[in-house]
Amino acid sequence: MTLAQNSVRFFIGLMFTIGTTFAFANEQHGHEGQHEAHAVHAEGHEAHEEAHGEHDADHGGHGYEGMIDTQEEIQAYKEHHLQDAHDFVLFSDNEKGTHIGFPLPVILWDGETGMHFFMSSKFHHGETVAESNGAFFKLAHGKIVKTDAEGHEELGHPIDFSITKNVLGMLIAGLLMIWMFGSLAKSYKRGPVPTGIGRILEPLVLYVRDEIARPNIGEKHYKKFMSFLLTVFFFIWILNLLGLTPLAFNVTGNIAVTACLALFTFFIVQFSGNKHYWGHIFWMPGVPVPMKIVLAPIEVLGMFTKPFSLLIRLFANITAGHMVLMSLIALTIILKAQFGAVGSTAISLFLSLFISLIELLVAFLQAYIFTMLSSLFIGMAVEDHH
Amino acid sequence: MEKLIGDFSIGLFFMQAVILVILILLARKFAWKPILEGLSKREEGIQNAIEAAAKAEAKMKELTAQNDVMMQEARAERDAMIKDAKATANGMIEEAKSKASQEAEKVLASARETIAGEKNAAIAELKTQVAAISLEIAEKVVRGELASDEKQKALASKMAEDISLN
Repeated sequence: MTLAQNSVRFFIGLMFTIGTTFAFANEQHGHEGQHEAHAVHAEGHEAHEEAHGEHDADHGGHGYEGMIDTQEEIQAYKEHHLQDAHDFVLFSDNEKGTHIGFPLPVILWDGETGMHFFMSSKFHHGETVAESNGAFFKLAHGKIVKTDAEGHEELGHPIDFSITKNVLGMLIAGLLMIWMFGSLAKSYKRGPVPTGIGRILEPLVLYVRDEIARPNIGEKHYKKFMSFLLTVFFFIWILNLLGLTPLAFNVTGNIAVTACLALFTFFIVQFSGNKHYWGHIFWMPGVPVPMKIVLAPIEVLGMFTKPFSLLIRLFANITAGHMVLMSLIALTIILKAQFGAVGSTAISLFLSLFISLIELLVAFLQAYIFTMLSSLFIGMAVEDHH
Repeated sequence: MEKLIGDFSIGLFFMQAVILVILILLARKFAWKPILEGLSKREEGIQNAIEAAAKAEAKMKELTAQNDVMMQEARAERDAMIKDAKATANGMIEEAKSKASQEAEKVLASARETIAGEKNAAIAELKTQVAAISLEIAEKVVRGELASDEKQKALASKMAEDISLN
């Protein structure tokens, strides 16, 4: 593995980070009210500005009352989607206030009252206060807070171990992986060449091994990290793809999930670092002593910025993708006045189909980049001195 | 940024960590380990097969080369044998020819000798016969000459004359 190859890979990664962070930043600026906002927001932007404060105030359950046909309701809907949820709603009839879906289990740890376990149906989609073991909880901005019996006063934030929509998504992805790759593993017992679904999966496993792990970590060490890299690659990819289905999971667009993934990479890198790796960080060889002293804090910072870039990249890419896709779908409502129902639907359909194809690519690309950069960082840590 | 931090759920983070650890362990046991083992086993098999094929090919080449050498040797041997045989045959023919001509020579020579012998014998016989005939004739002539006295006297005188003449 040559240095030049590494830096080329690193810069590709960096490019994607920067590009998508800007895309995401645009979205964020839109919220803050800068007028260079996304094209989608341009129309009726002022109205959105004004309404922004209000909708923040009564976000819980907002958007379920009445049709979603104004700018701020669309915005609220988008934000609601990007957040985790305690129930799984497929369709909502907002006029009647009914939701088609199913509740998910809520598991809470509260310092005073201990563990709480109940179904999220107790919240009635955020409309009521749920009672459990003498404590009262309500949903506020998609988060569970402890309140008094009437739900007026916030008494604290319990730690939420619920099987939320994101956790459900992860469990589905995990089970899918075990099922698919378990069947691939079994097929090797029957013969050297896999059959059925294994024929599709095997090249992917080979790809991760031969194109990601081997060149970046090196022939000598790569085997130890294969389980992590393969798991992370397929976990991220499957979750990205699940996010593109109408089930609308947004797991890899959740900062807690990407932070956890990046933290795993961070710990694996630090725990597998050899003495050359630590030498490069604290006492850079081949430079004068004053430079060594200057470089040490920079390198220490680098230890953290590397996984942090992983965290932000995946989160920003997927969030931006979901945001753009939903904005394009929303065009069918927003552009109705200018182009009529058929025209705006056609534009929306064409654009969202186009961006969906790109998202399909991004789903793979982000899984690839996360795994590739993880193995690059691991490779730096275990590299033999030469 | 506050929004990001606000969105960060410690519970979800914890659940994700637990799920990921369990998933890595389960997947390693039931998927990755057997898959990677199967793959490397297959790759080894392919590698071995390729090596074996290369070895077999090398051996084949060696054998072919050996064959060629043997063929060449055999051909050379055959050529030598043919040459030898031809030489032997030629020699035999030559010998036979020379023998035959010698024989013929001998036969001729003996024939000549015989002829010469026969001729000499014939000549000798002829000579004897001629001598005998000549004696007979001479006897007869002498008898005629000496038939009467006159003739004897005439002969005697003549002889005497011849003697005196000499």
